[in-house]
Amino acid sequence: MHRYKFANLLPAVVLVCFAALIVSRNISVSAAGEGKITGTVKLDGTAPHMKGIDMSKDPYCSKAHASDPAHLETVVVGSGGGLENVVLYISEGLPASAASEAPTTVPVFDQKNCVYTPHVLAMDVNQKFKVVTSDQTTHNIHPLPNPMTGNIPWNQSQPPGAAPVEKFWKAAEVIPVQCNIHPWMHGWFVVVKGPYASTDGSGNYTIDNVPPGSYTVTAWQEDLGTQTQKVTVAAGGAGTANFTYKPK
Amino acid sequence: MRTRLRRWSLVLSAAALLSFPLASWAQLTMYDIDKRIDMESHVGNITGHAKDGKADYRRYCVVCHGPLGDGNGESFPWVDPKPRDFQLGVFKCRSTPTGTLPTDEDLFDTIARGLDRSNMPQWSTFTKQQRADLVAWVKHFSPRWATEKPGTPIQIPPEPEVTADRIRAGRDVFARVQCWKCHGVLGQANGPSAATLTDDLGRPIAAFNFTEGARPKCGDTDRDIYRIFMTGLDGTPMPSYADNIKPDEAWDLVFYLRTLMSQHSKEKEMAKQLNLKPVDPNAPAGQQ
Repeated sequence: MHRYKFANLLPAVVLVCFAALIVSRNISVSAAGEGKITGTVKLDGTAPHMKGIDMSKDPYCSKAHASDPAHLETVVVGSGGGLENVVLYISEGLPASAASEAPTTVPVFDQKNCVYTPHVLAMDVNQKFKVVTSDQTTHNIHPLPNPMTGNIPWNQSQPPGAAPVEKFWKAAEVIPVQCNIHPWMHGWFVVVKGPYASTDGSGNYTIDNVPPGSYTVTAWQEDLGTQTQKVTVAAGGAGTANFTYKPK
Repeated sequence: MRTRLRRWSLVLSAAALLSFPLASWAQLTMYDIDKRIDMESHVGNITGHAKDGKADYRRYCVVCHGPLGDGNGESFPWVDPKPRDFQLGVFKCRSTPTGTLPTDEDLFDTIARGLDRSNMPQWSTFTKQQRADLVAWVKHFSPRWATEKPGTPIQIPPEPEVTADRIRAGRDVFARVQCWKCHGVLGQANGPSAATLTDDLGRPIAAFNFTEGARPKCGDTDRDIYRIFMTGLDGTPMPSYADNIKPDEAWDLVFYLRTLMSQHSKEKEMAKQLNLKPVDPNAPAGQQ
């Protein structure tokens, strides 16, 4: 009787063991295999003057910036000359499988105090992103891709309290975004193929989930242009690529 | 030696072929466009054929829209608004959501309706077959119709009866979604954002002025007006409000917009009796 019960359970036990084995193997493989690319992007020179923005056309916007005036964000320099809003991505050497996988995270582009936050939103091809509004004034979110790339322009209103707009882009492209109601509102969707990162306020970045290999990393800055560097990533290791821009 | 040369030429021509799709980033050539000469259009029970639209296009349309359909015809420098670039497949007057291709019927209607206050006349003298053929011809300029389907037309519920309550509710929608930011509180196209408006190619563009007796570009029936703000006018600053105005509210807004128009209407008469005040742009959101 006892033996009969155990025999019945045996396949289940074996299955569970196998499943556990497979899961643990998968985890260990990705943890050991995938590396990253890190670095810092700096501006070598004095930060250019960023003009203030006159928001007096919309009292809501100017009130929001009463104590903290808004400035253009074409070149944002932080502590130690670190450049913010630089997008880094792998422009060469990525295996096709890694390039075609879109991450499941959903980056958010917020319209807050009549400014785009972040000013530059990086994303993967086919990765979903969200446009939200925190403002008590109507915005229209109007990306301007080149329709010849396969990315199609659209234009949606977001009055106060509007639900988020969720979209994705079909092709890699640097897409300007604007609000026609508030003409100073200008930002970017930087759509790239494969892993990417944006620099923080100190110019630091980390591109995660990079399979081992030799790559060309490209840095994109909206005003100062692009730069490239060769990087090698060992299995589970980190490659380093620091970039330095000169002011225009 | 000769075989090696031949092999190399094969490799080179393969490389050249592979890099060919890049050409579509820039201007399309006649060669690219000709590949789509079999394009059809379907309007009701009429089927249009691109190749049959060619002669009419060369005679009536090419001067503005150009032989490549890119809006770069001989008259380009002299007309404003500029002729449509058919290669991009981006159109103002659609029954479909923003960011999607228009239906064949949308293009068919636009040809007959013309675009008020532009150099595009009403081509109502064409037969329906001619218009359907021209729709197919217009479509064959853009690679988008080879890979995409037109959007699903938005649903427009039957028009309700105009009431005083609906006109008042329409005024609230006008205030809430802030149409006045561009169109002005009286619909005079003098809102705070009107002066800086540009189209997708960066050219200055004016908001619609409701008070001059002009017809909206994409039609002047109540259904047309409903469609205009729910789909948006792609390529211009006018966004889609489909996510933020409910179908019933949309009719309220149509009625309120009628009160702003200079043309005589039932709505205008009712608004006068109601003594309806324009929205107050300085009041906080929700209390205008």
